Amino acid sequence: MHIVVCIKQVPDSAQIRVHPVTNTIMRQGVPTIVNPYDLFALEEALRLRDKFGGEVTVLTMGPASAEDSLRKALAFGIDRAVLLTDRTFAGADTLATTYALATAIRKIGAAYGVPDLVFTGKQTIDGDTAQVGPGIAKRLGLLQLTYVAQIVTLDPAARSVEVERRSEGGIQVLRSALPCLITMLEATNEIRRGSLSDALHAARATIVKWNAQDAGIEDISKCGLRGSPTIVKRVFAPSPRTEKAALIELGPRPPADALIDEMFRRQPKLESELVALARGF
Amino acid sequence: MSEPTKAPARAAAKKELPEHFKAYKHVWVFVELERGQVHPVSWELMGVGRKLADKLGVELAAVVLGPAGAVTRRIAVDAFGYGADLAYLAGDDVLSDYRNESYTRVLTDLVNTYKPEILLLGATTLGRDLAGAVATTLLTGLTADCTGLDVDADGSLAATRPTFGGSLLCTIYTLNYRPQMATVRPRVLPMPEWVERAPGRVIEHPVGIVEADIVTKVLTFVPDRDSAKSNLAYADVVVAGGVGLGSPENFQLVRRLAGVLGAEYGCSRPLVQKGWVASDRQIGQTGKTIRPRLYIAAGISGAIQHRVGVEGADLIVAINTDKNAPIFGFAHVGIVADAIRLLPALTEAFRARLSPHARDRLAS
Repeated sequence: MHIVVCIKQVPDSAQIRVHPVTNTIMRQGVPTIVNPYDLFALEEALRLRDKFGGEVTVLTMGPASAEDSLRKALAFGIDRAVLLTDRTFAGADTLATTYALATAIRKIGAAYGVPDLVFTGKQTIDGDTAQVGPGIAKRLGLLQLTYVAQIVTLDPAARSVEVERRSEGGIQVLRSALPCLITMLEATNEIRRGSLSDALHAARATIVKWNAQDAGIEDISKCGLRGSPTIVKRVFAPSPRTEKAALIELGPRPPADALIDEMFRRQPKLESELVALARGF
Repeated sequence: MSEPTKAPARAAAKKELPEHFKAYKHVWVFVELERGQVHPVSWELMGVGRKLADKLGVELAAVVLGPAGAVTRRIAVDAFGYGADLAYLAGDDVLSDYRNESYTRVLTDLVNTYKPEILLLGATTLGRDLAGAVATTLLTGLTADCTGLDVDADGSLAATRPTFGGSLLCTIYTLNYRPQMATVRPRVLPMPEWVERAPGRVIEHPVGIVEADIVTKVLTFVPDRDSAKSNLAYADVVVAGGVGLGSPENFQLVRRLAGVLGAEYGCSRPLVQKGWVASDRQIGQTGKTIRPRLYIAAGISGAIQHRVGVEGADLIVAINTDKNAPIFGFAHVGIVADAIRLLPALTEAFRARLSPHARDRLAS
């Protein structure tokens, strides 16, 4: 089995700071991490490899510094890492991104064996679109299984796979076929601690680095800004309400009661509604 | 998403709509139907779709995919009450359950046949799965999780969403491709009122695929147990906590107040990332959007990520130790206080005021 996992290096959102005056993001010095949702995809791929044999290739697109996230992936025991990096990819929206990634996956297939499965996380924590997984699937003509909570069975010989998929209001149990693209739901597994030999391998391993041409991309007009149908026209800070919050002043009345008084003063019907709700009506 | 700060310098920001896209007219809302039920987000989208269509002077269409028979047809008719002028109906048993292959093929075929300029879908698991596949097949732009939709002076869809890190908003256009696609999360938009109206046209679209064409089969569907579901998005009162609570144990203070109020409880994104609270309780851009009568935010600073998820609340009450916290910029009532100390007092005060005994005593 050959499994490709797509990951993304993202800024650690827990460490993002916003400039208090200009309200812009202060990116400098923000550490990067592997998109947390991608770790569930990585672990699932490793489990399948451990069970059925084969190889896991991890792919990322980004600046040269995205090599860090590939080394982190290698330290979990991933077999091979490919970094897709080229200035022509800059400013890509999700459609242009899926073009580059899908082309690179075809090239990975030609170089190292056609993948039976492609994994992504359910979404990234920076873009939050959840569009790249489905986009890659469509471009490669793979069956698309998103929000997978569990791979129930997988039979590489019969080319079949059965999954539990999160849908609105329940779990869909689906039988599908290989090759397919799976986006893993969060909290479905726990990323392993890599072994010492994996850590040593990660430090020394050669990362496969491809520019657009290496990846087999012929039409660079489909990449980056030029290949993006969406454009960001305006970036702006949200307008504050014309009226700021009425702050409760500390006085003789206990603050909790003063706060409740102000709530009921502003929304006169609220008290009776809360009474009804508290009584279970 | 692309680097927003570089956006104004873009050459591609000019509108030069190719000739073959000029035939694309009208606004479509994809009506999400699963097991005979319409997801409410579809009707919420119909409300904004109506406004966009009126502004553009075009028609609003509901697009209904589902099994053959009366249920699917009735839903197409329901759409007229929410403002649709016409409905496209693809009713076939191959569409009984949602599957990406069949739905992508039918919706793509509908777009290519009838050519809408705007296509809106709910940002649900179904809508996101479908929208990403359809947009890629059509090679057009898709803006996810919008918090505002409008058309600008030249008739382009202006889709606004929070940008990375949650401190800013950005407006995204798909100037030179059609249709312009966008998704909106449930509860972000208000639910329009259903009004009795004369039914419009129902255009039946032949599905043109058979079950044997579809590889993926639905073996079973296991509905969530009611007890496991949180009703957060549709709750009348919500109490939520953030990092200001200091420790996972202190989150109980939020749950206790919610218990006394008969409210649902929620949290901000960092608490989910820390593993203190389950992800289905997250409120904000990447969690649930709420529109309660009363929202109490305890120890939540109020990043945009959170703000866009709660702005629809009638009354927002903020408790935070930092008087400069952004949440005081959009809350209606605030108190500069430590939530860990205030929440127990607030819980007791509400208990005293709302208990039937206390009220009966007051009355007598």
